[in-house]
Amino acid sequence: MKFFGFIAVVVVGTLLLVATGDFPGWGNPHSPASEGQVSGFYIEQTVNVTKVPNMVTAVLADFRGYDTMFETVVIFIAGIGIIAVLRTFGDTAGKASDYPEPDEGSDIIVRSTCHLMVPLIQLFALYVVAHGHHSPGGGFQGGVMLGASYILLALACGLPVAKRRMGERKAIVLAATGIIIYAGWGVACLFFGGNFLDYASLDPVLPGDKEMARSHSMLVVEIGVAFTVTAIMFAIYSNLATRGRLEKGL
Amino acid sequence: MELLAAGFIEDNIVPKFNYWIYVILMMIGLYAMITKNNLIKKLIGMAVFQTAIILFYVSIGVKEESGIPILGHGQHHEIVEEGKPSGEVITKDEFANPLPHVLMLTAIVVGVSTLGLALAISQRIHGSFGTLEEDEILDQLRPGGHD
Amino acid sequence: MIWQFDIIILILMVVAAIISLRVKDLLGATMVFGIYSFLICLLWAEMGAVDVAFTEAAVGAGVSTVIMTATVFSTTRRSRD
Repeated sequence: MKFFGFIAVVVVGTLLLVATGDFPGWGNPHSPASEGQVSGFYIEQTVNVTKVPNMVTAVLADFRGYDTMFETVVIFIAGIGIIAVLRTFGDTAGKASDYPEPDEGSDIIVRSTCHLMVPLIQLFALYVVAHGHHSPGGGFQGGVMLGASYILLALACGLPVAKRRMGERKAIVLAATGIIIYAGWGVACLFFGGNFLDYASLDPVLPGDKEMARSHSMLVVEIGVAFTVTAIMFAIYSNLATRGRLEKGL
Repeated sequence: MELLAAGFIEDNIVPKFNYWIYVILMMIGLYAMITKNNLIKKLIGMAVFQTAIILFYVSIGVKEESGIPILGHGQHHEIVEEGKPSGEVITKDEFANPLPHVLMLTAIVVGVSTLGLALAISQRIHGSFGTLEEDEILDQLRPGGHD
Repeated sequence: MIWQFDIIILILMVVAAIISLRVKDLLGATMVFGIYSFLICLLWAEMGAVDVAFTEAAVGAGVSTVIMTATVFSTTRRSRD
């Protein structure tokens, strides 16, 4: 097996290395990917049609809104899949772990530091979500950081403490809410005569003109993404760390 | 002499180095996925493979002399508040290509969800077979094996 | 883009990938994989992809290392290869 694997890897690798000879040089501003109409339009027109300085967020949440919506659905389905694969109820979890379960929250220094850190992390995560169209950041990053703050709480103080703030049912409802916010905002555009996820049609109800309506709508869908990512990240951790029993934890 | 060497590297190695490394990383990942016996090692190989693809995409979007794809505060103010046409303020070569960044940003987050799902399945496998080694699992599955 | 920096990080990345696949201890492999993620995050910041670098720092280096550690702790730490 090792031998055949090595042969396959060498053959494929040689072919790909030969193919790199035809690639445009690294950093060449006139490479086909950078010369194309699409990226030029994104760079020059994003600020005209959305008033958002961060092109990546604008393309992510507005121009390619369908893509991001279904990526969020993929994350949701992955989270549901993990719960379906791992979650066990009662004492049917199988063999006990090889490692003794540490008694939770025994170290006062760790607990106090964690309690000081978590609000700051959550505040920064909210800033990242809300300020995503002016600086690096957005729903995915902010959502992961919010989820990581709950994971930190679970690591330092034990899973029950974190579960009191983000229970299993609450996590699933939150994840579904995120997708409903995103898709619902798209449906709201339909009621004002636009296409699905055509944010410019929402300007009668949002402050500012058509461009500002797109900018504000980006914030709404980023919040939806952040809800889903937060809940699913915590659900993934809590199921993996306890083998689906959701007790004690690491 | 030093300048000569630097010039040689800059002309012949730098334009393709990212692509060579992307191929090498991808092959490391593929080799690990094919030959490693342990399921967690296979998953690490899968993650290395995935980052190699992302490296390829991000390398495509780089331009010489380009910065991050976010408008400066001054440029944003000139266009939005003072109403200058964006073609005068923005030059295309000043910003990295944002399209590969967008595609890869979602790929990373979806990648960690699928990694989590794969880890969940390998935990179930460990629960049923008591091992993560592929050949031992196959031994137990074979009729007449242990168990 | 700074090509000197780029070359150094790329070489370190290959080294980190090989080490994390060769270490026999799975916890060690996971930690080296976290180092690999941080290196690639640095590389993307250098290439001007700040949003991707931010995501990688939060997701790849943070959450995926934690969930892999969780799996290693609740299964087994030994590996034969």
